Amino acid sequence: MNTPAGTAEAKAQFDVRWRRIQDCVALKQPDRMPVVMYGTFWFARYGGISFKELMYDYEKAKEITERAVLEFEPDAVAPLVGATALGRVFEAVDFKQLQWPGHGVGDNQPYQYLDREYMKPEEFPALLQDPTGFYLNSYLPRIFGAFEGFDAFPAFPGMFYFRAITGLRPLASPEFRKSLQRVLDAADEVDRYMTHAAEWNRRITSLGYPLINGSNSGAPYDVIADYFRGATGMMKDLFRNKELLLETIEMMRRNLTRMTIANAKATGNPIVMIPIHWAPDAFMSRKQFEEFWWPSFRQMMLDLIDADLIPMPLWEADCTKRLEIIRDVPPGKCIYWFERTDMVKAFEVLGDVVALRGNLSPSMMTTGTPADVDAAVKHLVDNVWARGGNLILDTAFGIPDETPVENVRAMFAAARKYTG
Amino acid sequence: MTDEEKRLVDLLSSMEEDEALALAKRMLLEDHKDPIRVLELCRLAMDAVGKLFAEGEYFLPELVLAGEMLEQISAIAKPLITQSGGAAAKKRGKVLIGTVHGDLHDIGKNIVCFMLDINGFEVKDIGIDVPVKTFIEEINAFQPDVVGLSGFLTLAFDSMKETIAAFESEGVRQGFKIMIGGGQIDETVRAYTGADAFGVNAVEAVNLCKKWLEAA
Repeated sequence: MNTPAGTAEAKAQFDVRWRRIQDCVALKQPDRMPVVMYGTFWFARYGGISFKELMYDYEKAKEITERAVLEFEPDAVAPLVGATALGRVFEAVDFKQLQWPGHGVGDNQPYQYLDREYMKPEEFPALLQDPTGFYLNSYLPRIFGAFEGFDAFPAFPGMFYFRAITGLRPLASPEFRKSLQRVLDAADEVDRYMTHAAEWNRRITSLGYPLINGSNSGAPYDVIADYFRGATGMMKDLFRNKELLLETIEMMRRNLTRMTIANAKATGNPIVMIPIHWAPDAFMSRKQFEEFWWPSFRQMMLDLIDADLIPMPLWEADCTKRLEIIRDVPPGKCIYWFERTDMVKAFEVLGDVVALRGNLSPSMMTTGTPADVDAAVKHLVDNVWARGGNLILDTAFGIPDETPVENVRAMFAAARKYTG
Repeated sequence: MTDEEKRLVDLLSSMEEDEALALAKRMLLEDHKDPIRVLELCRLAMDAVGKLFAEGEYFLPELVLAGEMLEQISAIAKPLITQSGGAAAKKRGKVLIGTVHGDLHDIGKNIVCFMLDINGFEVKDIGIDVPVKTFIEEINAFQPDVVGLSGFLTLAFDSMKETIAAFESEGVRQGFKIMIGGGQIDETVRAYTGADAFGVNAVEAVNLCKKWLEAA
């Protein structure tokens, strides 16, 4: 990971904290159980501002999240400004796949994804034949209002010589030019957003706190299910469009792998966070999982590992029945973050293969007392950490928005009380 | 049951969509079989699908496809039903379901509705982001035996608690059982909200309703 520019003391603290995470990955138990800080709108509550303000005010987002890091002193922290201050960017691109505070949902409600069919089943061949063309002409105009004029963008493959010149004509239309200007304006906002996010990342690391991940990605099946076909569309594809689906998953795997390696290398942080949505036990049979879901994701993880990266999938919901299958990765190369899977069971099946992250339950964090949190941490210490588990303590998928601050304090305090 | 009827049930329950639809169309449109009988066969197939789901053989994709096949055959069969006879099958009980206010998720709720429906319950789905007031109005109009509150986000914990508290304050709480479900729901949330029970999947929702209605 890139060396932070800070005081010698901060640099030393950074090294100690980063070593804890790296030791866990390498399956060597560090000097104490590391604790990670990740959340989204909880930081608005922590800072006494609305969810909307957190999303739209870069300076407040930076100030509040830094204050939280300095109070809790986590061993690693998610890139919090990048994960929260997205309001202006969403507005600029006119993002259609999400509702966010002040834009579709109330100022103090979290964002909610709109599960829709963003690609029809009959469009699989078009996506496969010319992914870039499909993105420009069809997909981007559907998910970003700013791209609405790009449906007329020329299909260049097949054009040549004078045809490649005359083929430019659609770009002269007022509709396209208006759309292009909106996209350029949106790109300026994306640049501002990413500059603020990067500034925060540099500042936090210079204060001695490593980022738990520098970049994000998705699993091939999940990306197609969530962002193209929609949940029910994809479930029907398992029966109706099996071959096309498998071919598209393979295409998506290649492109995701290439993009993920490039993005991760640009951040200088080897850990890649990968939220996993469609692996849970209830979502498909073992046979379907082994045919449609696991092979492409496993290959993607192997390719990331070959590129000296550390995949960190967040296995959402309950994946107990998948544990034996997802064991099949090289030991000491991944962090598996579990949401609702029993961590003790995960440790028993996977403890000699991967580092573990998680997983204090959202219901306990939001409705319980500090004593409940303390007991839950102790349970993980006694049954995972004390038995040799390389556990990075965290909540189940980030600090739930409604969590009382004292419960977060209890999480950090208990980790230090029980493991040094 | 004739061999042809058995074949339709088998094709539907084994997810052979193309063949099942072709056979159903032939029975309805060419051979002029009784559309009520064809729908009964669909019901038998859905029972088998529900059973396989409960046994862990089938998962969400099979339920979704089964629902889709049923919808397609119903769309052909229902306009062919001319006679008013054939009393509707007796329902096991009435279940009102909605996603609580602030939450827009519906996939899990829809699966629960489907499973309750194929298990013989009369289900009324009042949608997503349902205000407390709407729940009360719908309860008064529908008179359910069971009310199901769905929610995926952690904000749903408070929405559920508030909704159930309103059932109490409006004096309607005694008329039905309350079950809750969704991504993060567990016993801690059940106790917090004051619901009678929680379920982690559609099978548990069906079992809760069966248990309550049989005891009533």
